[in-house]
Amino acid sequence: MWSENTESSMNNTDLVRQSLKKRYLKEQIFKAVGMFSIVAAIVFLIILLADIFTKAMPAFSQTNIELEVTLDAGEIGVGTNPTEQDLMAADFRRVIRNALAKQFPDVKKRKEKRELYSLTSMGAEFQLRDMVIDDPSLLGQNIKVEFMADDDVDAVIKGAIDRTLPESDRRVKDQKLAWIERLEQSGQISKQFNWHFFSSGDSREPEMAGIKGAIKGSFFTLLVTLALSFPVAVAAAIYLEEFAPKNRFIDFIEININNLAAVPSIVFGLLGLAVFINFFSLPRSAPLVGGIVLSLMTLPTIIIASRSAIKAVPPSLREAALGLGASKMQTVFHHVLPAALPGILTGTIIGMAQALGETAPLLMIGMVAFIVDIPQGITDPSTVLPIQVYLWADSPERGFLAKTSAAIMVLLFFLVAMNAIAIYLRKKFEKKW
Amino acid sequence: MKISALIFLLLIFAAFSYFMARQKVSTAYRQRKQKSKILTLPKYFGYVAALTALLPALLMLFFLQMAEEPYINSEISNYIVNSDIEANEDLDLYLNDIKSADTPEKVAALTPEKQQVYQRYHEIETTTNRTITVIVLSLAILLVIWGMRRINTETPARRVFEKIIEGILLLAASIAIMTTVGIVFSVLFESTRFFGEVPIMSFMFGTEWSPQTAIRADQVGSSAAFGAVPLFVGTMLISFIALLVSVPLGLMSAIYLSEYAGSKIRAVAKPVLEILAGIPTVVYGFFAALTVAPFIRDLGQSMGLSVASESALAAGLVMGIMIIPFVSSLSDDVLSAVPQNLREGSLGLGATRSETIVKVLIPAALPGIVGGVLLAASRAIGETMIVVMAAGLAANLTVNPLEAVTTVTVQIVTLLTGDQEFDSAKTLAAFALGLMLFVTTLILNVIALHVVRKYREQYE
Repeated sequence: MWSENTESSMNNTDLVRQSLKKRYLKEQIFKAVGMFSIVAAIVFLIILLADIFTKAMPAFSQTNIELEVTLDAGEIGVGTNPTEQDLMAADFRRVIRNALAKQFPDVKKRKEKRELYSLTSMGAEFQLRDMVIDDPSLLGQNIKVEFMADDDVDAVIKGAIDRTLPESDRRVKDQKLAWIERLEQSGQISKQFNWHFFSSGDSREPEMAGIKGAIKGSFFTLLVTLALSFPVAVAAAIYLEEFAPKNRFIDFIEININNLAAVPSIVFGLLGLAVFINFFSLPRSAPLVGGIVLSLMTLPTIIIASRSAIKAVPPSLREAALGLGASKMQTVFHHVLPAALPGILTGTIIGMAQALGETAPLLMIGMVAFIVDIPQGITDPSTVLPIQVYLWADSPERGFLAKTSAAIMVLLFFLVAMNAIAIYLRKKFEKKW
Repeated sequence: MKISALIFLLLIFAAFSYFMARQKVSTAYRQRKQKSKILTLPKYFGYVAALTALLPALLMLFFLQMAEEPYINSEISNYIVNSDIEANEDLDLYLNDIKSADTPEKVAALTPEKQQVYQRYHEIETTTNRTITVIVLSLAILLVIWGMRRINTETPARRVFEKIIEGILLLAASIAIMTTVGIVFSVLFESTRFFGEVPIMSFMFGTEWSPQTAIRADQVGSSAAFGAVPLFVGTMLISFIALLVSVPLGLMSAIYLSEYAGSKIRAVAKPVLEILAGIPTVVYGFFAALTVAPFIRDLGQSMGLSVASESALAAGLVMGIMIIPFVSSLSDDVLSAVPQNLREGSLGLGATRSETIVKVLIPAALPGIVGGVLLAASRAIGETMIVVMAAGLAANLTVNPLEAVTTVTVQIVTLLTGDQEFDSAKTLAAFALGLMLFVTTLILNVIALHVVRKYREQYE
């Protein structure tokens, strides 16, 4: 009996021992799979950021062509003392064309000339015009000006177009390439930081397109969103945490808030289109409507964050205030709310960051239009950063690829900045009760 | 008077009311002998007086403002009909022409007939505007005077004020309900109009989708087809691929982070997941369309497969990665809600960590995980930008992930971003699709939230 028992227990232990190797192997595999998931996420993030970063780099510099232009009043078609209006209507294109023709006197054919004139950007004449309007004494002088180059020239200089390809496969033909190389040799081509990208609105020409309009549009939209959603969300959170009785109606409100947080954003766009644009006839494409729609969308986020911040304020604070004779309202507004404010602000900033990156609902209310002018207020037609990204990503011109990535980088910069502020606030004001 | 000026004036009235009431009460207090009987600060009387003047006047202004446009429209339409002016265009367009003439040059550019209507419009607008101003201002003045006379030291000013504030707070909380109601009504209303033109059955079960209505009847494809099945299948295909990527990766990374990882790995992995969650979807869309899709196409070609350049696979993969943090944080929540003694019991009986996780933790957390997956599915179905940029427009009825498919959200965007008149079946179809989307995600969300809540209660 005794020996039998030992034997069987020995057997069991052996069995366990034998299976141990396999079980430990399984354990290792399981752990490796978990590790792999994390690594996959990290690798993906690195690839995504590196891809966008490398694609964006060319957009931050701008190729210029230096030309010597003769600003002859007769040539541009104005009198001796032109007014600003005369200058606005003047023909500066001709001056630039003359300068190019002087540089390459051997170009005679009409078609070739057209090619030659496309070396500088369509915006070069406006650049010259603005210079002359700023300083009319330039008229009649010979000056050297660095003109913005066309996006094809830009692509050649930055190596985006391979010069060694056979001519038939290359966007820039041999002749134009020869001109570019001649300009390069004479040191007339230079690269500068692309300030223009940050100071101008959208354009059909890649080299002239900038994101200032989109940044301002985003700014106005967020302003409206903040002005609407912050007070409403805080008020709702205070009510639900501090005043709400337990009844069906309040339950219904809570279900609605939780559910709205999970409704697809595009549905909010449909709401905006049907209610604010068609019913209330608010202006299309305006930051006002965009802001209203986004505030409805971010309300649940801010309400949920504010509620947990209010909930974290210890009851002793409330009881002390009530005990000293403060009313419920005074307790909440004088004591609970200030204590919960850092948490509420953090939640608000995170909600705003979410609103800044949102695209789909704004497409619905017409913020997708091509708008060159920089918006000056909340009712001007405008676009926002993510939609600018979407619009440029759809453009067939090569030059827009870099612009798109650069716009994404600007967008990500703002998002990181906002989140950093939120983290800083949380760290600085967080109290452990 | 402009609305902004009117509101400014009302605010001045309110401020006046505030100071007067406060003054009146403090004077009364000063004359009292027994200071201990004073229970309410004078400023509360001021607040109440200001709000009694301000709130009704603002409400009145709001309603009158709402009624103004329909009233003007009906008046001017009457005028047009009565005065035998031939409006051979659509009446709305006709009115629009007149209303958009806001500068003298634009007015001069109108036809004489329209100028006449414009004059009349201008008159009506001015009178209505004046009437509104007079009504609102006189109401405000009456209320200020009434408030002045009524308020005395016996008024329960603080209680009244706090009730008003509580009402405002309740109103703010109810905005969530109003939003939901607004969504339901706006999509439902337009959808019923759509289903008036296209039978609901052919929408739900039709297999051909080509919303382009030809301008002339004899053109090719003159009859638009609104069979939404290809869109539903496309949406499900892409969402399925996304879930196939995100659920295992998200769940495993949550398990690894909560059960295995040391503090160093956590310090790296948590922010990475947060950044992934914070990247705007348009960025993912750009990446999917310009990097992942060409890569998959080239890869497929090198293996001898024909892959569409807007394959469902590319959009699904990137969408899956976008949802990883979402699944991961939800799973993290439910796993940490499993009581510690279950874990310790299993480990104490000699199970390895992975055995504990697979045989004890996951079964215990299963309802919560299922809820999380449902929420993730609802996210994937409603996701817009990635598919708009990386999935196709052509409605192919296929489940092959290498071909291009289109989704409900893509079609909503394409139907509504063109320059379309608002009443065509094409734009209304977008609202019908929106209704389907809203209902589907609503059902998924309600089930998921319910399951998760029940699960939490189980271990509390």
